[in-house]
Amino acid sequence: MALKPAELKKLKQTALRIREQIVEVTYTCGGAHIGGAMSQTDIMVALYYKFMKFDPKKPLLPTRDRFILSKGHGGVGHAVILGDLGFFDQKELADFNKTGSPFGMHLDWLKVKGVDASTGSLGHGLSIGIGMSMAARLQNKKYHTYVVVGDGELHGGPNWEAIMAAAHFKVTNMTTFVDRNKLCIDGPTEEIMGVEPLKEKFESFGWKAVEIDGHDFDQIADAIEQSHKEKDKPFVIIANTIKGKGIDFMEGLAKWHYAGLDEEMKKQALASLRRMYKNG
Amino acid sequence: MAKGLTWTIDDADHMTQAEIYGEVLTKLGYEYKNLVALTADLAGSTKIGRFQKDFPDRFFNVGIAEMNLFGMASGMAASGLLPVVSTFAAFAALRCAEHVRTDVCYQKRNVKIIATHSGTSFGQAGTTHHCTEDLAVMRAMSGMTVIAPADAYETARAVVAAMEWDGPVYIRIGRSFEPPLHKNMDSFDFEIGKAIKLREGTDITVIATGRTVPGAVEAAEMAANEGLSVKVLDLHTIKPIDVEAIMEAVMETRRIITVEDHNVYSGMGSAVADVIAASGKGCVLKKLGLQDEFSIVGYPDDLLHYYKMDADGIVEAIGQVMKMDFEADEDWEDEI
Repeated sequence: MALKPAELKKLKQTALRIREQIVEVTYTCGGAHIGGAMSQTDIMVALYYKFMKFDPKKPLLPTRDRFILSKGHGGVGHAVILGDLGFFDQKELADFNKTGSPFGMHLDWLKVKGVDASTGSLGHGLSIGIGMSMAARLQNKKYHTYVVVGDGELHGGPNWEAIMAAAHFKVTNMTTFVDRNKLCIDGPTEEIMGVEPLKEKFESFGWKAVEIDGHDFDQIADAIEQSHKEKDKPFVIIANTIKGKGIDFMEGLAKWHYAGLDEEMKKQALASLRRMYKNG
Repeated sequence: MAKGLTWTIDDADHMTQAEIYGEVLTKLGYEYKNLVALTADLAGSTKIGRFQKDFPDRFFNVGIAEMNLFGMASGMAASGLLPVVSTFAAFAALRCAEHVRTDVCYQKRNVKIIATHSGTSFGQAGTTHHCTEDLAVMRAMSGMTVIAPADAYETARAVVAAMEWDGPVYIRIGRSFEPPLHKNMDSFDFEIGKAIKLREGTDITVIATGRTVPGAVEAAEMAANEGLSVKVLDLHTIKPIDVEAIMEAVMETRRIITVEDHNVYSGMGSAVADVIAASGKGCVLKKLGLQDEFSIVGYPDDLLHYYKMDADGIVEAIGQVMKMDFEADEDWEDEI
């Protein structure tokens, strides 16, 4: 079901705000994983601002929905969202990457409120998510677990151990996203180590897989709702995204995986974002 | 009887460490309702499968996939469960070391690891199924507690103690049948981090861990027949290490031999060396174990003998260390 125009507008405004803040933090901290943070943003805005149940004042509430950013290098984008929601004072993000700061490139749940698992090393999030989901089932808890994995991350074996296990254990209280921005650090995934056909791979492992435009809130919301209804198979949403989405000089370029911004680039980046949202 | 327990096991003379571990874990399952057991296609071999009989819903076999094994355990520990994970030491400590570090230790998740078939105890299986590096790997992981029980009764006590211990614990046990060191489960004091003094002595101290402990006691008896007074410590906890017990041995005997079914690099002997070096007190230390080599194939007891980790090897080492006349040419008292 399509989102109501007011809700869609609000999500888009939120996504713009988050993207602007990612640019600001990247500028002040000297460098961040800005490309992947931009590609994952709309998925995470939909989850945090529409679907997930949580209380920023009680970050460890047992009934909260869980979120794991398995592609932990997107931490800058995750931190910005958690700050925006009030898990901590946003001003703390001024210390991002600084010596002794709770915020590094990869977020640590022991230091940053709202983070459910410390990630960074790839290939860990899905297994942790399965553990959380199976713990919910065993203890009759109703929370839902969401995991976002990168597409380059899927080169790694541990993910496929987890993908096999999720089907075997019929983990249906978890929704997985693949942030399919088609680029890893060294270049296009299909040149470095091809992951396609990804949908068929998941299906052959016993998952229900759908493919969407990961920057279209209607499609994202619809896929999440579908995943909640699925009671037989684990559910993956392959979200086709653009690395650096919204910043014209970054879009689709692997070199913006991790980068710093000077004053002029920051201005251009913010201007590009505003142009994109002005055009809808 | 161990603290807080309403049961004991006193007929383990014919049981391996792993068999008694399976029994104990099952009993603990009734006390700890949030206890869950996980393995990677080694339910039978590690004996964790015993738990499955009583608690099928709380038992998870992930197949031969150890990285997922520890990731899932981490997620479960993060969500109110108390996961106990069992597989062979070679797989727990080496194959998925980064998952143990990142998912369990770094995130401070309360996961208990019972690693079987450690050292050379899976004799005939050879190096791929031996593990002579796990103490080194595990003691380097911040927050990990590392225990190597000497016999089945000590294993029982270690598993019980681990349940109440705050944070991740790595317990390495063997595969083979080891002669019981203790009379029964309650005939000795067991506390994580406290070495068990098995024998007093004034000439030399043998510090042993895991399946080499019974041989150390036997060696001390053999040496006693030669007129030597040998102190024996069962250092079941490698981390946190019992500094007090080690320093007492340094001051009383000034000659120490360590014995471990492990590479002598970075294992228990190295942990003891750290303590001695930091103290500034003089002491000779000889480390028995694998001398930085991969293990050969053989029966487990034969391998203890081959690598001089049995009573014969320890007696030989005692002779070598006692012959050292380092005290003769220096004013020893001034050195310490």
